[in-house]
Amino acid sequence: MHTRLPVPSDAEISALIAPHLALEGPLLPILHDIQARFGHVPDRAQPLIAEALNISKAEVHGVVSFYHDFREVPAGRHVVKICRAEACQAMGGAALAEQTLARLGIGWHGTTANGAVTVEPVYCLGLCACAPAAMVDDKVVGRVDAARMDALLREVGA
Amino acid sequence: MKIYVPLDSAAKALGADEVAEAIVAEVARRGLAVELVRNGSRGMVWLEPLVEIDSGSGRLAYGPVTPQDVPALLDGTLAGLGPVEAIPFFARQTRLTFARCGVIDPLNLRDYEAHGGLAGLRRALEMTPAQIVQEVTDSGLRGRGGAGFPTGIKWNTVLGAKAPQKYIVCNADEGDSGTFADRMIMEGDPFTVIEGMVIAGLGVGATRGFVFLRSEYPDAIKVMNAAVQIARGAGLLGADVLGSGRAFDLEVRVGAGAYVCGEETSLLNALEGKRGVVRAKPPLPALEGFMGRPTVVNNVISLATVPVIFEKGATHYANFGLGRSRGTVTLQIAGNVARGGLFETAFGMRLGELVNEVAGGTATGRPVKAVQVGGPLGAYMPVSKFDTPLGYEDFDAAGGLIGHAGLVVFDDTTDMLGMARFAMEFCAVESCGKCTPCRVGAVRGMETIDRIARGDAAAVPILTDLCETMKLGSLCALGGFTPFPVMSALTHFPDDFATRKEAAE
Repeated sequence: MHTRLPVPSDAEISALIAPHLALEGPLLPILHDIQARFGHVPDRAQPLIAEALNISKAEVHGVVSFYHDFREVPAGRHVVKICRAEACQAMGGAALAEQTLARLGIGWHGTTANGAVTVEPVYCLGLCACAPAAMVDDKVVGRVDAARMDALLREVGA
Repeated sequence: MKIYVPLDSAAKALGADEVAEAIVAEVARRGLAVELVRNGSRGMVWLEPLVEIDSGSGRLAYGPVTPQDVPALLDGTLAGLGPVEAIPFFARQTRLTFARCGVIDPLNLRDYEAHGGLAGLRRALEMTPAQIVQEVTDSGLRGRGGAGFPTGIKWNTVLGAKAPQKYIVCNADEGDSGTFADRMIMEGDPFTVIEGMVIAGLGVGATRGFVFLRSEYPDAIKVMNAAVQIARGAGLLGADVLGSGRAFDLEVRVGAGAYVCGEETSLLNALEGKRGVVRAKPPLPALEGFMGRPTVVNNVISLATVPVIFEKGATHYANFGLGRSRGTVTLQIAGNVARGGLFETAFGMRLGELVNEVAGGTATGRPVKAVQVGGPLGAYMPVSKFDTPLGYEDFDAAGGLIGHAGLVVFDDTTDMLGMARFAMEFCAVESCGKCTPCRVGAVRGMETIDRIARGDAAAVPILTDLCETMKLGSLCALGGFTPFPVMSALTHFPDDFATRKEAAE
């Protein structure tokens, strides 16, 4: 769950960068920590990371924009990921996803008007023998049907 | 009395945590002396949450258990499944890699050792690097990630490379739909992955390792991280591995949601903190891998199998199997299937036997239409190919691939044109963008399949031609193998592509 925070200060961001500087290949761990703290990778973080790692801002931006996980704007308070991959499709995953998006009146990657939930596609949660699967924040759910999805969405305030 | 409730994420996804809580509460209410163990999964996912009770005369299975069942479970009045290892799905397996998974407490190193853990490493510590590599070569182990490349040959290349630093990278970016063996072993027996990496390090002369673990597996990340801490504390990892004077340590690194990072060179770029684009080969990662240094990149299951090879000997392992596919294959049965889960067996079982007999056909009870073997880049096998034995060469000859040994079963309501289109869409979403056949081909593929769906029969040869180009011209398996699901759907299920044309006419 992400809480909306005021714009972070340079000092807060730098404090998250510093512990990783001795790692071999520190950029992904840094970005994960920043996103875990702020719910996204704030604009201001990119030049600070670039300076700390002695790489260009373009390189940092290239990495942030390459990976599906990193957000440049915050998500809703909760993120619901619905698996779109084959095993879940074999058990009605596509219809479940369509119904869910229609019920919430949003598209993939959209956030409900009240800011409660962002719905994202995911390609496999490794729950292929209890499909269709979904993940609410870090909690996995298997054999999701319409009723189960409704209950999950109610729990997170959608 | 000991009660086992799995902590595996498939079990959790079906309510294992709630069952464990209910057991703790009921045990406290009754004032019973019960030790609750959170084990890994036995792999019988249709029975999860599968609770086991050991009152001193073996482990009896109950499942699927709900929190409401708990009072009856403790009364001894809940209908059970009998001894867990006598359940037919379990009894007919040969468990080598997964021998401990579901049996032990995954984070109890003493439990691990009591079940054969560390015996392989202790033996390896008495061997020279060349002997270690030879043992792996003799076992016939081939890369379980999908490519099936002989592990011993890869290790030998790294052993022969001269460099001030070498690395072991465990590829735990298990993104293929229908596969969950990596996740299960990391959650259920993480020390075996660590032990395998240490042996690899001793074999090739590497002192540092990484587990590159996908972010979609939060539970596996927690278990692996905890296991690494415990291993370090116990001297299994560090400057003096088990008091041998040899060093090996490793870090768990979390991926960031890019399917292509399961490809080894793209994974290495991600580890280095770059965009996860594919590198051209050569140079091989074995010579110029992480940070340009010689690197072993092995799949989780390959590394997790190394300890048992050293514990029981290469010959023991190689005695299982078929042709050049030696040892066991950790099959993952998924999708629309009555009995889904992990099934470890010697190579050679026929596809149909596995789907119909072991897995009991579809969950919906309808006829099987197709089985996609090997993940999203694997072919859709029609029922007419059910006599294909599960072996690398046999599947290749049948126009398919074993890949990471995941099988996704589909019933007769499946629209194969839709599945072919999805394969192209997935490739477009996940393409790293480096090579044109994949980056552009996938998008053109979707458009071409849409034309076929609208009744344009002239688009069929274009799709075939495009698939040929992607197959021959792509830099890695993402663009190169996407034609497998597409072309197998088109070839084996022409009606799904033709009826639309007639409907449009």
